[in-house]
Amino acid sequence: MEILKTVFITLISTTLINNVVLSQFLGLCPFLGVSKSTKSAGGMGGAVIFVITVSSLLASLAYTFILKPLGLEYLQTIAFIVIIAALVQFVEMFLKKKIPSLYNALGVYLPLITTNCAVLGVAINNVTNFNNGDFSALQTVLMSVLTGFGTAVGFAISILILAGIREKIQFNDIPKSFKGMPITLITAGLMAIAFFGFQGLI
Amino acid sequence: MKRCIERLFNGLIKENPTFVLMLGMCPTLAVTTSAFNGFGMGLSTTAVLIMSNLMISALRKVIPNGVRMPAFIVIVASFVTIVQLVLKAYVPSLDKSLGVFIPLIVVNCIILGRAEAYASKNPVLPSIFDGIGMGLGFTGALTIIGAVREILGSGAVFGYQILSEKVFTPISIFILAPGAFFVLACLTALQNKFKAPSATNIEGEKLACNSHCATCVGKQSCINHQLVEKQKIEIAEKEKQEKLKKAEELKRKMAENKGGNE
Repeated sequence: MEILKTVFITLISTTLINNVVLSQFLGLCPFLGVSKSTKSAGGMGGAVIFVITVSSLLASLAYTFILKPLGLEYLQTIAFIVIIAALVQFVEMFLKKKIPSLYNALGVYLPLITTNCAVLGVAINNVTNFNNGDFSALQTVLMSVLTGFGTAVGFAISILILAGIREKIQFNDIPKSFKGMPITLITAGLMAIAFFGFQGLI
Repeated sequence: MKRCIERLFNGLIKENPTFVLMLGMCPTLAVTTSAFNGFGMGLSTTAVLIMSNLMISALRKVIPNGVRMPAFIVIVASFVTIVQLVLKAYVPSLDKSLGVFIPLIVVNCIILGRAEAYASKNPVLPSIFDGIGMGLGFTGALTIIGAVREILGSGAVFGYQILSEKVFTPISIFILAPGAFFVLACLTALQNKFKAPSATNIEGEKLACNSHCATCVGKQSCINHQLVEKQKIEIAEKEKQEKLKKAEELKRKMAENKGGNE
């Protein structure tokens, strides 16, 4: 019961309360760049969920079982970015060869993810949050995966909402200088205010 | 020497990374809660930019073309680690307030973009000045955005109270997350209004990336971006053809049914 409670609270707090885009400002580039239609936003969201979950698993494994015992914590930035870049390449090749249908849905968005700061940000945040001595090695890894998954779902939710709003906004009468990027930013700002409402949840 | 000064001007004004190219949006929005934070973030990015430009342009004939991007990423990541350790040792308060965004300088598009677009093709000295120009342009932009948010949000600049609370009630939302979006939206709207060149009001890929971080990293990502577009067109065409096929089949079936009835 205790475990279920932790899982639930972690998921809620990572997806809604500390939403990765709207309150932590990670992964803004794809959030603003790939949100022109709900279809591409869905593809991007799916790819991000997949990559962040796997990369937070690998990054926390590498940190707890390789870097930490050897006392090489200061190499975390280099290690994580290499892991992520390699993972994205590997996932792309694997999907292309073995699961072409999934590759067709997500494949084109995968290379864009290496430069998504949410992936590296989540990995680094996990390491700083779960390595304070409260958690055993196994718990650290599990919590990292859970946080990674929740964060990525939060990203997918917010990019889908923004894409939906942008599709509707196209037909509205917007002042000329606010067309394009500025109105998107204002929409994102209003969404950020709306997401403040979730802070009372826990 | 002329070339070096031209690079400085280019980075500061002509191709200002934040206002004109719209690169590196994540740190721009996240750390500009006060002018000092923006200034610190800008300077750390500048330091990394100068050193990585120097290193990459010195090694430009050694690094094989095929593994260019991974090599750049590793070089940038090592310099970021150095800057992070220096900040932790000498300015711990700044390190704390910038938090995760210091290591995230690695994925800042400005740095990889400059490495790919300039440093990997030009001699060492101009590359250094390119780094200084771009870095100072970024620092200036972050400081300006930070100052605007700090004045509106708490009536202070660099921590000094300018507007007393009796005259001006601080609008605290400008320090919080939504304020960042609003300030940047208004700044880009002003740019559009006065037709200042910026990635948001110039059509096509001439100026940077249309707020598409992925495309600014360099050729590889550009190709990926084009692949995305191609794939989209292909998918659309496939769907069209399938629809046509279905319509034809329906027609045939209808015709067959008619024939059967007769």
